[in-house]
Amino acid sequence: MPSEEPAGYLGKAQKTLEKAKVQIGDRISIQTLDNTFEGIVIPRAEIGADDQHIVLKLDSGYNVGIHVDRIQQLKHLQSGKIIEPELPAVPRKTKKGLPWVSILSTGGTIASRVDYHTGAVNPALSADDLYTVVPELGDLANIRADVLFSEFSENLTPNHWTTIAKQTAKHLEESEGVVIAHGTDTMGYTAAALSFALQNLPRPVILTGSQRSSDRPSSDAALNLMGAVITAYQAPFAEVVVAMHRSPDDTKIALHPGTQVRKCHTSRRDAFLTINADLLGEVSDGKVHMLVDDSAYRHRNSKRKLTLQPEFDTKVALLKTTPGMTGDLIDSLIDRGYHGIVLEGTGLGHAPASLLKAIERTQEEQIPIIMTSQCIWGRVQMRVYRTGVELVQRGVISAEDMIAETAYVKLMWILAQTRDINEVQTRMRANLVGEITECSKRSQYEEMSHL
Amino acid sequence: MTKIDYEKVGALIGIEVHQQLDTRTKLFCSCPTKIREDDPEFTFIRRLRPTQSELGEVDPAALFEFQRGRVHIYENYDDSICLVEQDEEPPHLLDEEAVDFALEISLLMNSQPVDEIQIMRKLVIDGSNTTGFQRSVVVAFGGSIDVNGFTVPIQTIGVEEDAARKIRENGSQTYWRLDRLGIPLIEVATAPVMKTPQQVLDTALRIGQIFRVTGKVKRGLGTIRQDINVSVKGGAIIEIKGVQKLNLIGQVVEYEVQRQLQLLKIRDELKERGVRSGQIKSMAHDVTSLFEKSSSKVIQSALKRKEGVYALVLPGFAGMVGREVQPGRRLGSELADYAKFWGGVQGLFHTDELPNYGITSVEVTALQKYLKAQDVDAIIIVAATETASKEALKAVADRARQALKCVPDETRGPLIDGTTRYSRPRPGAARMYPETDVAPVAVTQERLERIRQGLPELPEEKLQKFREEYHLSDELAGIMIRSLRIDLFEHIITQHPELAVTVAAALESTWRNLEREGVDVEGIPEEQIALLFDRLAADQFAKEAIEELLIWLAQHPEKTVDDAVVDLGLGVISHSELKGIIDQIVKANAAMVAERGERAVGPLMGLVMKEVRGRADGKLVNKLLQDAVKTQMKS
Repeated sequence: MPSEEPAGYLGKAQKTLEKAKVQIGDRISIQTLDNTFEGIVIPRAEIGADDQHIVLKLDSGYNVGIHVDRIQQLKHLQSGKIIEPELPAVPRKTKKGLPWVSILSTGGTIASRVDYHTGAVNPALSADDLYTVVPELGDLANIRADVLFSEFSENLTPNHWTTIAKQTAKHLEESEGVVIAHGTDTMGYTAAALSFALQNLPRPVILTGSQRSSDRPSSDAALNLMGAVITAYQAPFAEVVVAMHRSPDDTKIALHPGTQVRKCHTSRRDAFLTINADLLGEVSDGKVHMLVDDSAYRHRNSKRKLTLQPEFDTKVALLKTTPGMTGDLIDSLIDRGYHGIVLEGTGLGHAPASLLKAIERTQEEQIPIIMTSQCIWGRVQMRVYRTGVELVQRGVISAEDMIAETAYVKLMWILAQTRDINEVQTRMRANLVGEITECSKRSQYEEMSHL
Repeated sequence: MTKIDYEKVGALIGIEVHQQLDTRTKLFCSCPTKIREDDPEFTFIRRLRPTQSELGEVDPAALFEFQRGRVHIYENYDDSICLVEQDEEPPHLLDEEAVDFALEISLLMNSQPVDEIQIMRKLVIDGSNTTGFQRSVVVAFGGSIDVNGFTVPIQTIGVEEDAARKIRENGSQTYWRLDRLGIPLIEVATAPVMKTPQQVLDTALRIGQIFRVTGKVKRGLGTIRQDINVSVKGGAIIEIKGVQKLNLIGQVVEYEVQRQLQLLKIRDELKERGVRSGQIKSMAHDVTSLFEKSSSKVIQSALKRKEGVYALVLPGFAGMVGREVQPGRRLGSELADYAKFWGGVQGLFHTDELPNYGITSVEVTALQKYLKAQDVDAIIIVAATETASKEALKAVADRARQALKCVPDETRGPLIDGTTRYSRPRPGAARMYPETDVAPVAVTQERLERIRQGLPELPEEKLQKFREEYHLSDELAGIMIRSLRIDLFEHIITQHPELAVTVAAALESTWRNLEREGVDVEGIPEEQIALLFDRLAADQFAKEAIEELLIWLAQHPEKTVDDAVVDLGLGVISHSELKGIIDQIVKANAAMVAERGERAVGPLMGLVMKEVRGRADGKLVNKLLQDAVKTQMKS
C-alpha cells in the first residue's frame, strides 16, 4: 500500500502522521500518559471513522486506536515493507481432457484474500490467483481469466454492459461457457442486458457473485464460482443465467433465468429468486440437474451463430409511482429529452390520476411509457379497473409479467435500435428471450418465496 | 509420582478467564443471551474454507479438516436466533452494555482503557463460529490484581463473542447449536507469572470474585471457562483451553507440569539409547495377513468392514510408548491422539501393552519377525482403511520424532480427571484482521467518568460491610465474599437486612450440604429463592423449614415457594397451639422431668422440634418449654 497520503486518515490524525513522516505500514511506537504502544500503522476504516485516532496493529494481532491528543511521543521505528501480495503460484498447466471455461471479472470480490498486515482485501484476478484461492477449479476446467474492470456493481453503467457483452461474445468462440464474476447489487440488470445483447447463444453465459466476501472462511463465493464453472461446461442449455446459492445451505447452487431473476434480500446467500418463471436447474455434488423440460430452453450447440447487439440507449428512466406523486418527475424527464420511461406502478399496474396529464404529454412527444408492477410477482393487467383503462388509452404499454428491471433494460436495448413508437410497442410486448411468459403458474410464487 | 518442586522445574503459568455476561442482548445483535434445551426448529449446512494470508499460509489443521470434507450443521430457533448468528446478515453495532461492563472491570483492575476500541476478526474455522472467525476486541491493557498479597499483572481485558455449542459429531458432520453464539464474554488475561497450582487457582478465584461483585455475569456450569498456559524450563508453552470447573484448575496445572517433565525425561532416555530422528520412517506396513484369525474384537470388526491392519516400527522406543506421562495416560496415548486427529482412526495398539486386548504373544512375535523389529523397538498397530491408517501412522511417526526433540507446541483440551488430550497444533501468530462491518467505538472520558461513579465495592469493602452492617461472623462473611451466589445474597439482604445471617447460612452451608447429597439446588429459579426469604420475613414459616423447602423446590423446579408451603404442611402454628403441644409432651414425659429437673429441657426440645419443625421458631419453643418444665416441676 505505497501511498503518499496515509490511507483513510483525515484532519488531525493525518497531520500528526505527516508531521512524523509516518506512512501506512511503518512500525512506530506511541507513548501516552499511561501506556506505550508499539505496532504497525494500518489504514483507517473508511466507514464510521473520525479524524481523532491513529490505529496501530500490535504484535498480538489486535488493533488499537490511540487518540491524537493523548500522544506524548511518537517514534518512527522502521519503514514499512511494502508487501506485494504474492501467492505461491500454482503452476498453471493446461490439463488435457479438461474443458476450457472463461472467467471474466467485472468487480466484486468473488475471489480475494486478506493482507493480514494491514487488513486490506485484495482481489484475486488472474487465473493463477483463482487456482490458488479456489484450487478445486483446476480439477474442473482449464480457466481462461480476463479482467474487464474492477467496479462495484452499483457503479456499472449500460456502457459496461456493452463491454461485457462484446468480451463475452469473443470468449464464447473458444470456451465451453463464460462465467462473469459480478457484484450482486445489479447482477440482475446485467443478466437481463446480456440476455438481450447476446441472442442465439451457442453456449451458456453464467453470472455469479457472493453475498459474503471471499476473504471470509464462510464465504459463499467459492461454491458459487465452482457451480458457475460446472454449469459453463456441463449445462445442456445455451442461456444467460445467474448462479447463486439456492438456500442458506452450502449444498446447492440455483440457476436462474437471466431475464427473470431479482435480488430480493439484502444479505442472505439465497438473495436471488426467479420471478414469474421456473428455476432452470441447480448444481449439486458437481453436477447440473435441470428442473424444467428439455423444451423450455435453448440447447447448447457450438455451431450456432451468435447475434451480438450490445447497444443500449441510456436516456431511459425507471420511476416508482407513490401515493401523492405528481406529474413533475415525468414532466422533468420529458423536458430533459428522455427517450423512454418505465413506470413501476401499484397493484395490477396503476398510477395516480395526478400523473395522467404528464402521461398525455409523453404520448404527444412519442415517448414510450411501459407499465410494470411494484408487487414484483404477478402480471400487469390494466383492463380490470378504470385507472388502468385510462392509462392504456394514453398509450401506456403493459410489460405483462416482466419484472421492472428487465423492462427497463429491454426498453434501453430496443430504443438503441428504433425510436418508432409503434415498433417499440410491438417489440416490448413480444417475448424475445424468455422475459415474458404466457401462463402464470401457482408454484412460481409459492415455491420461489419459500412459502 | 513424586511431588513436584515447582520452583526447581521453572513452571510459569498464566490464565485467561472467560466469563459470560448477563447482558440483555448478544454482542452484535439483539437476540437474547439464552441457552435452550428444547428441540431446535430448523438446521442449515455449511462448510468453512481456510483462507490464505499473503504468505500463502493456511492453518494446517483447518485445511486438513476442510479437505476431509467436514460439514457443519447449525441448529436454530426462529424466535431467539436471527440472521446475524446464521451469518446471513452483517453484525449490528457492538453492544454498549458489554463494553460498559468490560470498562468497569478494567477500572476495578487498574487497567488502562484504550482510546478507541477496534473490532477484530480472529480466524477460527473449526465450525464453532458460522462466520469462520470470532469477533474480538481489546478494551484495556495492563493493570494488576492482588491475590493474597501476590501481585498478578494483567495483560489485557477484552470482550468477545462466545462460540456455538457443539452438540454432537457424526462422522464428518458436526452439529452446533447457535443459542450460545454471540453471547458476550469478558476475557481477562494475566501475565505468565504464577508458579504453583494453588496460585493459579487463587488467581482464578480472585478474578471470578471481581466479576461477581458487579452482579452482571451469568452463573452456572459453562458460563466461566479458563484457558491455562503452562510451561516448564526446557518444555513448551502449552495452552489448555476450556477448563470449566474451578476445582480442576490445580489438577490440570499439576498434570501438565508432570507431563512436560515426563516427556523431557523420555527424550533424554531415547537420546541415551542413541535413537535418531532419521531412523523413524513414516512407513506403514500392511500386516493384515498376520491378523486374519486374530481374536481381537477391534481387528475382527475392522476386517469385517473389509479394512486392514497396518503397522509402524518405532526403533528404540520399546518401553517408552508405555511410559506414563500423566495418570492413566502414556506416551502411547499421545501417539493415539495424533492418530485419531490426523487419521480419523478409533485408536491404536502398541507393543508395550501387548499381548493384550485379544492379541496373542504368538501374533506379536510373528509381527516382530515380519517387520524385522528388534526387542528395543516398539511397534504401533492400527486397524482401519488403508488411507486412514497411513495418515494415522504418518502422524504417529511425526509425533515420535518430536519426542526426540522436546515437548511439541500444542493446544490441549481437559479431560474430566484433569489430564489433557491433544486438540490441535498451536496456531502461529494469531491471524487477525479488522471487522470492517462494525465501526470502531471511541471510549470517551465522559463515559469512563460515568462508569467510575457507579463502580461496585471491591470484595474487601464488601467484607467489611457484611461484618459490620449485617453482623456476619468473620468466617461467614469470608465465605460469602467468595460465594458464587454473592449477588443473590446481596439482592435478598437489601430487602431483609435482619435475615442476613440466616440467608448467608442457607445460601452457603445448607446449600453445599444439599449439593453434596445430590440435591439439584442449582436448578431452583432465583426468584423462588428470593421469594422464600420474603415469606420467611413475613413469618409464613420458621427458618428451620428452609432446608426442607430447598429440597422440595429442587425437586419441583417449575413450582413456587407457596406451593411448597402448602405441600409440606408448613405454616406457623399459633402460640396457643404450640403451648398445647409442649404441655402434652412435657406431661407425657413427667417422669423424666421429675428425675432431671431443668436438664430435661434438652432432650424434650428434640421431641417438640420433631413435632413442630418448620412451623415454629426454635427460640420461642425453647422459651415456652422452659416455662412448661418449670410449671411441671412445681406441680
